[in-house]
Formats: sequence, structure tokens, C-alpha cells
Amino acid sequence: MTGIIGWGAYIPHYRIKAEEIAKAQGQDADTIKSGLRIEEKSVPGIDEDSATIAVEAAKNALKRANILPTEIGAIYLGSESHPYAVKPTGTIVAQAIGMSNNYTTADLEFACKAGTAALQIIYAMVKSDMIRYGLAGGIDTAQAAPGDPLEYTAAAGGAVFILGRENIVAEIKDTVSFTSDTPDFWRRAYQKYPSHGGAFTGEPAYFKHIINATELLLKKVNKKPTDYTYAIFHQPNGKFPVRVAKKLGFNNEQILPGLLVPKIGNTYSGSSILGLAAVLDIAKPGDTILVTSYGSGAGSDSFDIEVTDQILRIRNKSQSVQDYIDNIKYIDYATYLKYTKK
Amino acid sequence: MTVSKFWRNIPQYYNLIGKKCPECNSYYFPPRDVCSQCGNHKLEEHKFDGRGEIVTFTIIRTPLMDPEGEVIDIHAQTIPYILAIVKLEEGPKLTAEIVDCEIDEVKIGKEVGAVFRKIVEKGPHGVIQYGYKFKLVR
Amino acid sequence: MRDVAIIGVGQTKFGQLWDKSLTNLAVEAGVKACLDANIDQKDVEVIYGGTMSGGLFVNQEHIASLLSDFSGFKNIPSIRVEAACASGGLALRQAYIDIASGLHDIAVVGGVEKMTDIGGHSVTKALATAASQEWEAFFGATFPGLYAMIAKLHMHKYKTTEEQLAMCAVKNHKNALNNPFAQFHKKIQVEDVLNSTMVADPLKLFDCSPVSDGAAAVVLASKQKAKELCDAPVWISGSGHATDALSLHDREDITTLKATVEAAKQAYVQAKIGPKDIGCVEVHDCFTIAEICAIEDLGFCKKGEGGRFTEQGNTEIGGRIPVNTSGGLKAKGHPVGATGVAQTIEAVLQLRGEANGRNTNAEIAMMHNIGGSGGTAVVHIFRR
Repeated sequence: MTGIIGWGAYIPHYRIKAEEIAKAQGQDADTIKSGLRIEEKSVPGIDEDSATIAVEAAKNALKRANILPTEIGAIYLGSESHPYAVKPTGTIVAQAIGMSNNYTTADLEFACKAGTAALQIIYAMVKSDMIRYGLAGGIDTAQAAPGDPLEYTAAAGGAVFILGRENIVAEIKDTVSFTSDTPDFWRRAYQKYPSHGGAFTGEPAYFKHIINATELLLKKVNKKPTDYTYAIFHQPNGKFPVRVAKKLGFNNEQILPGLLVPKIGNTYSGSSILGLAAVLDIAKPGDTILVTSYGSGAGSDSFDIEVTDQILRIRNKSQSVQDYIDNIKYIDYATYLKYTKK
Repeated sequence: MTVSKFWRNIPQYYNLIGKKCPECNSYYFPPRDVCSQCGNHKLEEHKFDGRGEIVTFTIIRTPLMDPEGEVIDIHAQTIPYILAIVKLEEGPKLTAEIVDCEIDEVKIGKEVGAVFRKIVEKGPHGVIQYGYKFKLVR
Repeated sequence: MRDVAIIGVGQTKFGQLWDKSLTNLAVEAGVKACLDANIDQKDVEVIYGGTMSGGLFVNQEHIASLLSDFSGFKNIPSIRVEAACASGGLALRQAYIDIASGLHDIAVVGGVEKMTDIGGHSVTKALATAASQEWEAFFGATFPGLYAMIAKLHMHKYKTTEEQLAMCAVKNHKNALNNPFAQFHKKIQVEDVLNSTMVADPLKLFDCSPVSDGAAAVVLASKQKAKELCDAPVWISGSGHATDALSLHDREDITTLKATVEAAKQAYVQAKIGPKDIGCVEVHDCFTIAEICAIEDLGFCKKGEGGRFTEQGNTEIGGRIPVNTSGGLKAKGHPVGATGVAQTIEAVLQLRGEANGRNTNAEIAMMHNIGGSGGTAVVHIFRR
């Protein structure tokens, strides 16, 4: 059995309301809010980046996992906002959480699904007994050009999971991927902000990959949508995940507990896995969870997860996702520009 | 701070690694090689967990800035920022920023915990220097 | 130990002196001191020069050689002394020890700083090197910030008020009106201080000493030489020097400068007197809170009473213990390396009765010079 032995989330303290961005962009806030189904988004402090966010999330995961940081043999972090183009985020985080020097790492990037890619790699390494424990995470401080509709959603935050073979709180039963060359969203080297294909990011990109990956997984594990207690789909806005869930045959009850985008925005590599962390915060032993990420470029990773009775033992050892959603400070657009260095 | 100076202090800046005197139970942060209390030369490593309280504080409104503009000093961009002397539970005191709170929430005696943040960025081309700041315990 | 006297003093105007270089300033003060002592350059046997950072302020180290060269003191030993803002005071003490030991008979002690050749941010950065770079400045501490944290705790523990802090600045500006060498000749009110720009809460711009250029010099002589050359020598009757942790946070009590307490103790013991015997004192008021702490740590009032002691007028000229009759660092100016020597000059002028318009008729005077946030303290007691 291979699975999660500890999970941790971190979302920065600052929020900006959609109204505040709409005012700056000269748009009607209500139209935006209902169109994107978003109320506000998280903003990193001026002294926060993907490394600092990963460190806080990893510390929270360590509080739950009953192991020493020195026992972790690999750390893979997915992000499209690694602080350095060359120099790994993994080494900064490993040092800051007190890991030994006997570990392997490399930084991952696959738009919004680099976090689940990390999860797959660590899952494979632990399952194959290459390492005893591994740490996988997805974090971002997503950037959007002023005036781009992405500005309403591009947010900061992340989640980290420690995987092992004993004392598992959520077993990863299986995982599949669906991947193709689809240029729906990209950022060229040395560019500050991403570019995207507008409506092209919908049907041929987000929907096609999530639906295919999810259906592949359901077929492989021989389950129906109704077999799951919870389902989490990548959340670029509040509308897409609801629509894709409906298309696949999941209902609102299954997806709402993991749908964080209206309150925190799209945390890119952290998006679907922060949803998973929020669900683990409330799940009961025996609950089943389906997670399907989406990364532009494009691909989806789908996971079949089952919660064990160990979850009750460690759940309250760290702050929950809800704690981070509740404890916030609103900032204005000028402060937002300052914090995100536009 | 140069890269080598920063790198040498990473255990302290990232993990609050200090020293403890096994003879007289004194704690030191940053680490020292000789115990100032009893003169013992054989001090042991001690990791501080970063809990402490505010001894005193100020709001910095004129920061240290790099005169040539080569260093994007985060302090210069965050004014006003809260600077405090924090007394760690084990006894040593240190100087650090208090983040993620309103200025009027900060009071002498309030409990704080360490967080990991960027301290200085050496321009768009240079190294990012991380270290400890503190947050109010809520 | 031989007795040592001050037989001559000289200083430049303090302020933004655009047409004067570091060398110009130091030479001007040195020449004036020699003239005042009625000696020739060739009589001088050794130089002790206090300067905090020629390197950072004017990009010039090896100041000792430079100054002896341009002052015309050919080939004599010259020593640069550095203890941040206490460099001048420490230079005086090192020269005192030299002459008291019998090694030399006549010394020139100079203090100089040229601070305006670099911009304001560079000055802040240079001054911050007097604090711990790795454990204070790296984390965002500035000098006003460090003293502000002392002030904050002093106010918290002892109910000291911002008005009481302001009163130090108001008094020092008033005293400076009668000091021709002072940087500011501007009377201010408590409201002016309270309404000035906040620098680091609770310290405002008018709680802070300015950035200054300037130099000061005194001539020291052995007892025998002093009696030959001078009708009114001023004797160094006590000299104290102590250190404390470089970082403010490493001090036992943030509101007590233990280095001051210890240095004062040494000076009082040597002079065989106590605080009550002091007629006037120049204390290191780089910030108003520093004056409050200094008068407490030097023993003029109890710990925590400094604010009220000041408010009651005790530190005014005519009060129980006139403090900073020269205008202090606040109004006279604070060219950091020069400050300790300039404080000494004020003590000498007071004892000679030459502090025109601000004379206290003191028989015994004191100077107190601090480096950094209290990592070094130098205290001297002088008598007629």
C-alpha cells in the first residue's frame, strides 16, 4: 500500500476582491464575478515566493506525518513560478525543513499540473521502494499581465504531500494521465507574463484532457462517478470545474468541498491539490476521492484515492485550508501591484 | 551580503540553529563557540523552534536602501515595516520583522512564531536570500 | 601613571561643509588646537585620530598617514582609532594612556568625519555598519530603528513620554544658539519635534541627530609640559571605557547601556567623585532617547526617571546638572568620528569659563561618547 502520510497547505494572508481589479480594468464587477464565478483571490506578500510557500506547506505536512524530515529521500516541487530559472527550489525547501543531504530533487513545470506530476513521481519512487518517504508539492505565485482577464484569478498558494508505505491516511490506489501537444497557454523563456489562446483554452484543452483522463481512470479502476465521496477538478475559475464535473456525471455535493477557486483564485500548480488538501481536512475513514488536474500544453493526471482510519489521528495536528481562507487581509489594487512587483 | 557570507549562515537563517551549553544550560542564538556564562568551550547544537515573545518593536519608515540601486532590498519596498526584538522561549533574543498583521496589533509581550520569508534579493540577476521573520500567534 | 592635561582645543564649524574635504577639516581643527596650545607642529610627538569610516564615507582608509602628512607632523607615529561613533572619545583615551604611561609628552587627538560626500541612503548604510550586519542590518534594522526600540521599551516600562523625549531636542537646540560652531542655530518647540516626520516610531526626524561634516582636535600634555606651556590646563581626572554586546538584542536590559554604566564607574572611581560632583556633562544624544538613557546610566537620576528628570528642567543650563550645553549631537551636529573630541572641547571651554553665553561655572565636567547602539562607551571626567 502506498499513499499520503501527511499533507500541508499554505495560502498567503492577502486577498484582493474582484471588484478592486474590475475597477482598475474599467470593467463591471458583477459581470466578471458571475462569468468567472470568482469573488476574490490570494496575493503573496512582497517577501513570499514559491519557495517560502512550499516551506510553510511542507512544515504543515511534517506536523501531520509522524516522521523526521531527515527520513525523506526525495522532494519534487511543481510550479510555473520557481524563484530561479536555474537553481532548484527543492534544495531551498529541503534545507529549510531540515532534510538531510541524502535526497534527490529536481524542479518540475507543467503549467497548472506540475503538482500532480510531482505526486506521480514520488508515488512511483515510494511504491517501487526506491525511497522510503518522499515529498511532493505544487505551489505558485501566478503572474498575470495588468489588464489580462487572468488577473482576476492568478493567485498564490500551494499544497505538499508526504508519501510512504506505512501509517497511510489516504491510499493512492491508482493514477493515469492523458497528455497531448496542445498550445492553449504558454510563457516563453525570459517573459514575465503568460500568453493564452482565449476561448481555445476551453473545449480542446481543459475539457478534453480532464474528461479523457478521468474516464481512463474510471475504466482502469472499474468505478463510476457515483462511487466517489468527493471529486476535485483543476480550478482555473469557478465555472469550468462545475461544468466538467456535470459532464462527467459528478454532482455538486461531491465537488463543492474541494472547490476553493471563488475564495482564493487559481493557484496554478497548487490548484487541484489544494482542493485535495481541503477535502482531506474533512474526509472520514473509507471516503473515496477522485482528483483530476489539468496543465496547459497540455495534460491531465487523474488519481483514485481512499481515506483510511488513520486520518483522524493526524488531521488536527496542523492548520487546515479553511484556517488559511478565514485569516485574511484585503488589499487595494495599488498594494497588489506593489506586492506582485508589476 | 555576499553569497558566501549568506551561505555560511543558512543553518541559522533558515532553521534557527544555535548552541546550548551542557554545563550551565545557557542557550545561544546565533551560535557561539565559548559559553559567555561559564566559559565552557564544548557547546552543543540546539535547534530553536521559533516560538517567542515581542520584547520591543518599532515601525521602520526610512529603510536601508542600496545607494546604487543594485540590490532590490525587500525592506525598501515594504515600508512601513514592523521590526522587533523577539525573545525566544529558550532565552536568546534576536532582531526580526513581524509580518502579516496590522501595525496596531503588535504589542510588547505578544506571542510570535517564526516563518520563512525572503529577506533580500540581490537584483533581478542576483541570489535570493531567505531567512526568518515572525508572525503573531493567533 | 602620570597626570595628563588638555592644553589646547580647536574645532571646525559643524554642518554641511561642501567646500571642505576630510583633510581640510582635520587639518583646520588640528592647526587651531596647536595655536590654542601655543605649540609648533614639531612639538607634537604622536597623533591619535578618531574616525568611524573613511572607507565608506570618502572611500579613503589609512587616514592616520594622510592626516599626519597634511598637518605637517612629519614622520611621527599616527594612529587611527575606530569604535564607530565613539571613535573620537576612544582616541582621547588612547592618547591619555600613552602620555600617562610616559611614552610621549605631547599628543594631538583629532576626530573627523566627512559624511556629506555620499547620499543619504549611503550614509544610513555606512552608519548601520556600527550594528551587527549579519544579525541586525540584514533583517532590516537601521540606527533610528534600534534606538526606537530602546525608546519603545523605555516608554512601556517607565511611562516616559514622546514629549519628554522632545524636550531633550528643544533644550539642545536652545543651547546651540550660543555655540558658534553648531550646525543648527534654530530655536524649536516641543510641537515642532512631535510634528516632524516619523522615522521609526516613536522617533521623529527632530529626535535624531543630523548628518554632519566636521572635525575637532585637542592637545594633550604631560604634567611637566602642561605647566611649562599652559596657564590654565584642564586635567583628565577620570577615564573609563567599556564594551557590551554589538547587537542591541543581546543586551541583558534593552533600556540600560551597560557599557555606559561600567565606563562611568571606572571614571568616577579614578576621579574619586560621584555623579553629584559633576558640574556639567556632554552626553551622546545621537537620538533623544539616548540622552534619557545616558543621564540615568551615568547616575544623574534613577533608571526610568530620565524623562521626568528632563521635564523638570534639571538638565537645563542653571538646572541640577546641565546636559549638552554645546547643543549636543542633536543641534551642534554629529560628524561621528569628531563627536567625542568635540564633547571634550565643550567640557574644556566650560572649565575655562570660555563657553560664551552658556557657561555653567562648572569645576568638574564630564563627556560620554557611545559607539553603535551601546557596544562601546567612553566616559571622561575633567577638572580645572
